[in-house]
Amino acid sequence: MESTTSDHAVDIDHHVRIYITVFVALMVLTIVTVAVSRFHLPVPVAVGVALLVATVKGSLVACYFMHLISEKKLIIAVLALTAVFFIALMALPILTVHDGYWIH
Amino acid sequence: MDIPYTVEVRRDTGLTNGKIGIWLFLASEVMLFGALFASYILIRTGAPVWPRGDTILNVPLATFNTLVLISSSVTMVMAWASLMRRRLGTFRIYMGVTILLGFVFLTVKYFEYSHKFEAGLFPSTNNFLAIYFTLTGLHMLHVFGGMCVNAYLLGPGSKLWETNPKWFTNRVENSGLFWHFVDLVWIFLFPTLYLL
Repeated sequence: MESTTSDHAVDIDHHVRIYITVFVALMVLTIVTVAVSRFHLPVPVAVGVALLVATVKGSLVACYFMHLISEKKLIIAVLALTAVFFIALMALPILTVHDGYWIH
Repeated sequence: MDIPYTVEVRRDTGLTNGKIGIWLFLASEVMLFGALFASYILIRTGAPVWPRGDTILNVPLATFNTLVLISSSVTMVMAWASLMRRRLGTFRIYMGVTILLGFVFLTVKYFEYSHKFEAGLFPSTNNFLAIYFTLTGLHMLHVFGGMCVNAYLLGPGSKLWETNPKWFTNRVENSGLFWHFVDLVWIFLFPTLYLL
């Protein structure tokens, strides 16, 4: 019993070290996001870089702070289904291209 | 009658009811913010001209707020880790700091909003500001909601620790999942509204 409690404490200590590492990574990536925006890149490139960095940051939060990296399959399945609908939602504006709304 | 599966996991889901419940709620939240993001894309790409966010909004303040919210996510997860280590005193400190950082975030937003209103910039002024106030306003409501739940868990809700520490730890974990989601939404709001 004693060793189990000790193992549990070591496991949490390991988690805490990961939290601190992720925290530092998120801080650095925030600075990177702002620094890149100062270059005034062309809009498509700027959007791509900003969304890429935001996706990396979001993934770090979801995987480690929200423990998705070790979560049960049912939750992963729920989120996968959500992701499908989310992507469909983001793609909806593309449909308007065929109606000529993006052409000026 | 006791609420079932608050501590022990259901055999069919392998999860507590609270855990699956909060994730289903967060899935609905993804669609809520997703609908607003899709509207933003549609309006922006359909507009002949669109202002860069940094020409209207205060980037240094928003950067500061981003760092505040990320810090609050860390203190939130540390509050949960403290309970896993059976340290209620440490939990109180981390949870208190989490609420305080949420308050700092809202205070900064108050100054940002006030400055816009004083300059005659309202949601009705143009589409950019309409999107800005809608998305950040909804996000602020989520921050406030999360602070209320966290304040309950820090205050009267913490009595549960004495009678059922595992259930209390699960509640803090679920509240934390919501708080991290709020942080995650801001991570996307910040560049799309302020920097592009």
